[in-house]
Amino acid sequence: MSRGHFKTGALVAGLLGLTGTAARAEPPPRGMVKVGPGTLRPVYVPSPEEQRVPVAAFWMDRVPVTNAEFLAFVRQAPTWRRGAVPRLFADAGYLRHWAGPLRPGPDAAPDAPVVGVSWFAARAYCEARGARLPTEAEWEFAASASRTEVDARDTEAFREQLLRWYSRPTPRVLPPVGRTEANVWGVKDLHGLIWEWVLDFGNTLVSEDSREGSPAGTSRFCGAGALSSGEKGDYASFMRLAFRGSLQAAYTTGNLGFRCARDLAGGAP
Amino acid sequence: MLTRPLCCIGALLLASWNVGCTQADGATGSTSRAAARSATASPPVDTGGSARGDFGPPQGPAVHAELTDAPAVPAAPRRTSPARVVVELEVLEKVMRMSDGVDYTFWTFGGQVPGKFIRVRQGDTVEFHLRNHPSSKMPHNIDLHAVTGPGGGATSSFTAPGHESQFTFKALNQGLYIYHCATAPVGMHIANGMYGLIFVEPPEGLPPVDREFYVVQGDFYTVGKYREKGLQPFDMQKAIEENATYVLFNGSEGALVGDNALQARVGERVRIFFGNGGPNLVSSFHVIGEIFDRVYTEGGTRYQENVQTTLVPAGGSAIVDFTLEAPGTYVLVDHSIFRAFNKGALGMLKVEGPERKDVYSGKEVDSVYLADKATPSAAVEQATQKRSQGKVSLEEQIAAGKTLFAGTCSVCHQNEGQGLPDVFPPLAQSDYLMADKRRSIGIVLNGMSGPVQVRGKTYNSVMPPMSQLNDDEVADILTYVRNTWGNRGDAVTAAEVAEVRATTTRPAGAAH
Repeated sequence: MSRGHFKTGALVAGLLGLTGTAARAEPPPRGMVKVGPGTLRPVYVPSPEEQRVPVAAFWMDRVPVTNAEFLAFVRQAPTWRRGAVPRLFADAGYLRHWAGPLRPGPDAAPDAPVVGVSWFAARAYCEARGARLPTEAEWEFAASASRTEVDARDTEAFREQLLRWYSRPTPRVLPPVGRTEANVWGVKDLHGLIWEWVLDFGNTLVSEDSREGSPAGTSRFCGAGALSSGEKGDYASFMRLAFRGSLQAAYTTGNLGFRCARDLAGGAP
Repeated sequence: MLTRPLCCIGALLLASWNVGCTQADGATGSTSRAAARSATASPPVDTGGSARGDFGPPQGPAVHAELTDAPAVPAAPRRTSPARVVVELEVLEKVMRMSDGVDYTFWTFGGQVPGKFIRVRQGDTVEFHLRNHPSSKMPHNIDLHAVTGPGGGATSSFTAPGHESQFTFKALNQGLYIYHCATAPVGMHIANGMYGLIFVEPPEGLPPVDREFYVVQGDFYTVGKYREKGLQPFDMQKAIEENATYVLFNGSEGALVGDNALQARVGERVRIFFGNGGPNLVSSFHVIGEIFDRVYTEGGTRYQENVQTTLVPAGGSAIVDFTLEAPGTYVLVDHSIFRAFNKGALGMLKVEGPERKDVYSGKEVDSVYLADKATPSAAVEQATQKRSQGKVSLEEQIAAGKTLFAGTCSVCHQNEGQGLPDVFPPLAQSDYLMADKRRSIGIVLNGMSGPVQVRGKTYNSVMPPMSQLNDDEVADILTYVRNTWGNRGDAVTAAEVAEVRATTTRPAGAAH
């Protein structure tokens, strides 16, 4: 299944002339598919010379981490159980919709994505699996893809589909993972289910007042606001950046989960 | 503390408003200046803006602000000194009715559009708590135009779902201010309904009125057309093109209509705190049948008098006062008038009380103007009455039809049905008319254009649809013409007309 998607992705990317070298044959880690290599047009252009950011090939979870998977993790790691986690690493909303510290209960089906987890907890989960959180560039690169295009962000239908999801309130009980259409890389649920943590979520720092014209953050992607955006029509990307900009690492929200990523064993192609 | 205000009032007796006490006594003196001003009817020539808006530190225990949903307005603060006012506002994203059968996912400050009305007094210290409900999908913040400081509070209130922010500001400028969400994409947050009004009461208050209302206009952009049923998604492209699908008062079509209309009584003075959330359109706010006695233009300190329509910018406001002399329904509109009739920008103020015929007579004459075509309508009344008893006769229909024909048809077809040569075809001895009863009904209802052969001659003209006539009237007219001037046929019944009306359509663009 994953391998098939991997081939499709590589084929499409190759046809579009986006890839560098072909990936060497490496069996995918369990539940993961290969994404990239390619280039990302960042929504916030760091400088006129950096209209495109290279993204090396990486492994990415096909679907977000589920309640069942996270339950297995907290069974192994008592310090990450609800009630045991210091407030410094997870706020009061941490896994609050679970019936108990080791019992997800009726509002958190085993195959639904885990939400209400902090960045620290998500990172710890991925590390326990020998993986990591995807970087923002990796996540955005993967999420730019539709079923047929590596970068569908200019496609009207794709944009509208995302905006529709963004404009609907979060359901009280989330549906199972894997119900949305796989994109060209074979990745599902990047849109239409939950928000997801990324490793460097504070990197593209949207100013808290997103109308400011001057950089408000300190990283190289720092928020230059709408004035410096390279993709003015891509409101869906704006909304993701705004969402990430509202977060702190200990925050949890009822619609924020995560998935893991890994480097290729042989390093970047 | 007690002696200084007294001194200050003494100083005021000698000084003009422009001088005030601020320079002499500092902030504490300003407080008493405000208190003294309460006794006066009108604001000073120059209030001094924010430079004179600081009346010192808050006095007494903190006050929890009363927040109201539109169209209600909180009571005016009666304090004479500045207070610490705690405002707690919750952001909720929820599906609500936009029009009949049309739902929309609104993003709200407090669960309604517009957001809660906030009322504080100039000089108050406002402790603002913004809560973003855990079910929210988006982060939100708030920019209050009443705030002096970068971003108007937006930088200090950026709040993830399930979290709360707090910031504090001093309301230095009096006036009526819009507040709105300023999270990216800002336009979308506003277009989804994230705006409301905060009124910073001048220290002396506004002149008292009998009723105060809260109305905010906003433009909305949906993927479906106006009144297309179902849950309508936001249409970003229409928003960018400023091509509004709806222009609404208080967030939904009919929010101020029928049972939801604003209510008042004859003789009362009313005030509308009117805001325009935008995101795009400027409002030409007007109340049909009223003249604003006062408009505090742009929500500021001064008022203009005797205003018909006031321009309210997106992200702006106005306070309008007017007195109700005559009972009836007054219609609130954006006088960019297609918005009122085709996009929903329409509200109602229902005024009850005794008639004031000296001010407004109501309709004194209501009659059809037929010039020399006027004839008594007793025959029509008789036919109507007999029909309701189920026993209208052919003769009664013919008599009624004759009257109606004179009023509606004879201008073209002439009194004796002879038509006008080469222009309007004759109905007298008309083979075309008598050949097909159903077709004749259709022509009356839906009009006709193009060539037609009548009594061997071709006519090429246009008859407009007469669908304003009811089924009885069409039946009587056709019964009359089909039994007059040499024509002989059976009666046309109202049921036959109704059937044709239901199964045929008039051409697109046809009038009436």
